[in-house]
Amino acid sequence: MDSFQNILFKLKKYWGDRGAILQEPYDIEVGAGTMCPETFLRVLGPDPYRVAYVQPSRRPADGRYGDNPNRLYKHQQLQVILKPSPEDIVEQYMASLEAIGIDLRKHDIKLEEDNWESPTLGAWGIGWQVMLDGLEITQFTYFQQVGGVDLEVVPVELTYGLERLSAFLQGKDSVYEIEWAPGVSYADVRHPDELQMSVYNFELADVSMLWKLFDLHEAEARRLLEIYPDYEEKNRFPVLGAYEHVLKCSHLFNLLQARGAISVTERAGVIQRVRRMAVGAAKAWLDQQARAKEEAA
Amino acid sequence: MADKFLLEIGTEEIPDWMIPPALDELRELFTKLLADNELSGEVTSVDASPRHLVLRAGGLPVKQADKDELLTGPPKQAGAKAAGGFAKKQGAAVDDLQVVQTEKGEYYAIRKEIPGRQTRDILARSLPQLILKLYWPKTMYWTGPGGPRFIRPIRWIVALLGDDVVPFELAGVQSGNLTYGHRRLGGARVPVTVENHEEQLEKNRVIVSAAKRRARIEAGIAGLLDGTDLAVKPDEGLLQILTYLTEYPTPILGGFDESFLDLPKEVLVTVMRHHQRYFSVVKPGGTLAPHFIAVMNIGADPDGLVREGNERVLRARFNDGRFFWDFDQRQKLAGRVEELGSVTFHAKLGSYLDKAKRMVAIVESLGGGEDAKRAALLAKCDLTTEMVGEFPELQGIIGGLYAKSQGETEAVGDAIYDHYKPNSMEDGIPSTADGRLVALADKIDTLRECFRIGAVPTGSKDPLALRRAAQGVVKILVEGGLTHRISELANGGEQLAAFFLDRIRYYYRDVRGFAYDEVNAVLAAGSDDLPDVEQRLTAITAVRPTADFEPIAASFKRIKNILSQAGFDGGGEVAIELLREQEEQELYRTFLTVREDVEGRRAKREYQPALEAIASMRPQVDSFFDEVLVNAEEPDVRQNRLTLLAGLLNEFSSIADFSEIVTAKG
Repeated sequence: MDSFQNILFKLKKYWGDRGAILQEPYDIEVGAGTMCPETFLRVLGPDPYRVAYVQPSRRPADGRYGDNPNRLYKHQQLQVILKPSPEDIVEQYMASLEAIGIDLRKHDIKLEEDNWESPTLGAWGIGWQVMLDGLEITQFTYFQQVGGVDLEVVPVELTYGLERLSAFLQGKDSVYEIEWAPGVSYADVRHPDELQMSVYNFELADVSMLWKLFDLHEAEARRLLEIYPDYEEKNRFPVLGAYEHVLKCSHLFNLLQARGAISVTERAGVIQRVRRMAVGAAKAWLDQQARAKEEAA
Repeated sequence: MADKFLLEIGTEEIPDWMIPPALDELRELFTKLLADNELSGEVTSVDASPRHLVLRAGGLPVKQADKDELLTGPPKQAGAKAAGGFAKKQGAAVDDLQVVQTEKGEYYAIRKEIPGRQTRDILARSLPQLILKLYWPKTMYWTGPGGPRFIRPIRWIVALLGDDVVPFELAGVQSGNLTYGHRRLGGARVPVTVENHEEQLEKNRVIVSAAKRRARIEAGIAGLLDGTDLAVKPDEGLLQILTYLTEYPTPILGGFDESFLDLPKEVLVTVMRHHQRYFSVVKPGGTLAPHFIAVMNIGADPDGLVREGNERVLRARFNDGRFFWDFDQRQKLAGRVEELGSVTFHAKLGSYLDKAKRMVAIVESLGGGEDAKRAALLAKCDLTTEMVGEFPELQGIIGGLYAKSQGETEAVGDAIYDHYKPNSMEDGIPSTADGRLVALADKIDTLRECFRIGAVPTGSKDPLALRRAAQGVVKILVEGGLTHRISELANGGEQLAAFFLDRIRYYYRDVRGFAYDEVNAVLAAGSDDLPDVEQRLTAITAVRPTADFEPIAASFKRIKNILSQAGFDGGGEVAIELLREQEEQELYRTFLTVREDVEGRRAKREYQPALEAIASMRPQVDSFFDEVLVNAEEPDVRQNRLTLLAGLLNEFSSIADFSEIVTAKG
């Protein structure tokens, strides 16, 4: 039986062997691996790209104080982006499951319709949830639009839910029982995180501070994006810096939501604010990349 | 020699529910392709698995028939030179020309033989467009912007006419004779012929026939339960989903711990049906058994791995359900009312707290008592529970269960439980009077508010399901025998009242199956009080087959035409002294007697005898029209006759407008 970390190694090696750059997690809080620049920005434009990384994904509202065997405030996703998507991508994906010891002639695998959409990122795609013996283990998406832009090259995104997959492989009923490393359980590693962050997110986070931070990060992202059109040396411009502040806003929005601090009437407006910045960053990135190409040519 | 044709579009997994309509369309498009190209032959079958869309046709000719065509050239008076030029252009001698008579005069013409094109060429040219023309609810591109759009990427195409490949390219895929078997149990690039296609696929663990897959699932389930006292809970919708979600379906029987049976059966069934796509299993007597049936997309589960996996997933789901139930008890429904303020009902219409308050007011205006008002206030509170967050399809039901377990009255609990009903026209209405009021209030509020801000359904777009809401109101009023007036429910909104009228019409015609002209006749005489509409409709349906009815309806239509042609708009009294002819006197006397009778019966809602009384006037009406000329020369006599007819029409149109009845005579 493979440990959690071994399963991870094997999957990373599998995709590394198929030309993916193996990245480490992005060091800013995100709700999903899709939001990292390695996905959100890299899928834009014509250049091929392949990358895989584990991304701890924070969803404050999903926290359950470490009480619920299947629900986590922070879970680990293996995010794989292949741009363009290979023609035999479904086969390659299935072979990745076999690489971690799942014999698909003896298990039931189904691809069930599940399209993905993120209003805050101006992004959507077509795809499936992959069901293994009745368990959803992966979200499989062909991106169509990101940052409000139709993609020039259609990438595929594979998002493996690592806790579920590991619980499946190890035959565990609770994610906390997963063996992370030999002799060390998932609970040993992560339970305090789940408990304490649930208390913080639901009970103790200072709402007015969260709003203040949101406003500060928003102002900075917008200030930068407004400078971009007139900025002389475009190749030096920190689009990535602006985008980091967008990510901060997105996470703060999630925290405010979990805290019950966003009223019904405010909610749509705040989503719109984050979306406007995300779309702005995507457009600036595309422009910057296109100019760099022209100069190189 | 006639050939068979086979087309297989090989894709990645198509959503199950989209497949049957796409197959119907594929059949239509191909049939049209044959007709447009004057090719004989017909589609013999269409069938599909998630990755194989298949069309088979037979009787296709090798080529189109050759055609003789007469090409007209210049007019004869243009002379020999023009004729020579025309002949030369057609590659013929002047002697080959003939002169034909057309509408515009005499013209030179030449008979040319147009050779028929090869069927294979026609298909090769037309199939790419045909395939891309298939309608899908949501499409994608995968080769790049501007590239072909389809439901999922096309990965291979088989196109065979007899022994030959029909060659074409689509989305970078070249058609050929190679198919693909089951993703894990079958081979890739499997050569097939028109004859052995189905058999080859089956060898590679793809059953391309949906009927066979369905039969395999049914037989498999029967086999699993054989020798037990268990039965599967029939579920046609689920069977259909699983048929189109699998290429090689095999059912397995799984179990769960008996202790989960303490959870409400609604939760258990929802988890199994909607989240896991399992069939429920029942014991004799119909109570749930601690078992389920899952359908795999492989042939067998010899080591029980798939069963164990599914059992583990279900256990986790049921544990979630138990966890949510316990967790939700920390706060009673009544304590959740304020929280509704942070749940959006509609971006422009505020929160569910606002809605709950409006619902209470509506229930009150409909005459609801304390229980109904309490239920209206609490009806939406389950939206803030963990259980509904996880299982949104259980909203209302969960609220009802919680209410009862938290000490609310049985009446309040039942009313909350049922308040989303009816979910469809096949679904029942809420089982209690309070439930009907709360369900009405919920729907009426949604309708009024959405119409107020102009969020009105257009064409096929009805994102807020307002048609279903209005349809639900109609069904509850009729089947609950509730006399609340439509005009009151619409709150004076004309647009909403008209929307209701459409739904009333639909309900009686399409749901209840009444004849459309009877529905029109009854609604023309009033549509505000639905139980009354129902009684009038039942009466007219009963009277319709009697001998006098259709003739008198035809006469009423004639009266209406006469009045409208005469531009008669007045009422007034009939002047007895001006009734000259015996037949009109007779008709007037009968009218007076019948009117009295009808008025008495109408007041008592004895519509059938009232209608029979009206129909009994047929002899008098007939002889009036036979013997009396309405358009008399003397204006006062004519006016008097029109007054008599108008009286008849007005007095007797308040149960049903007879002129709406479609009769053989017109």
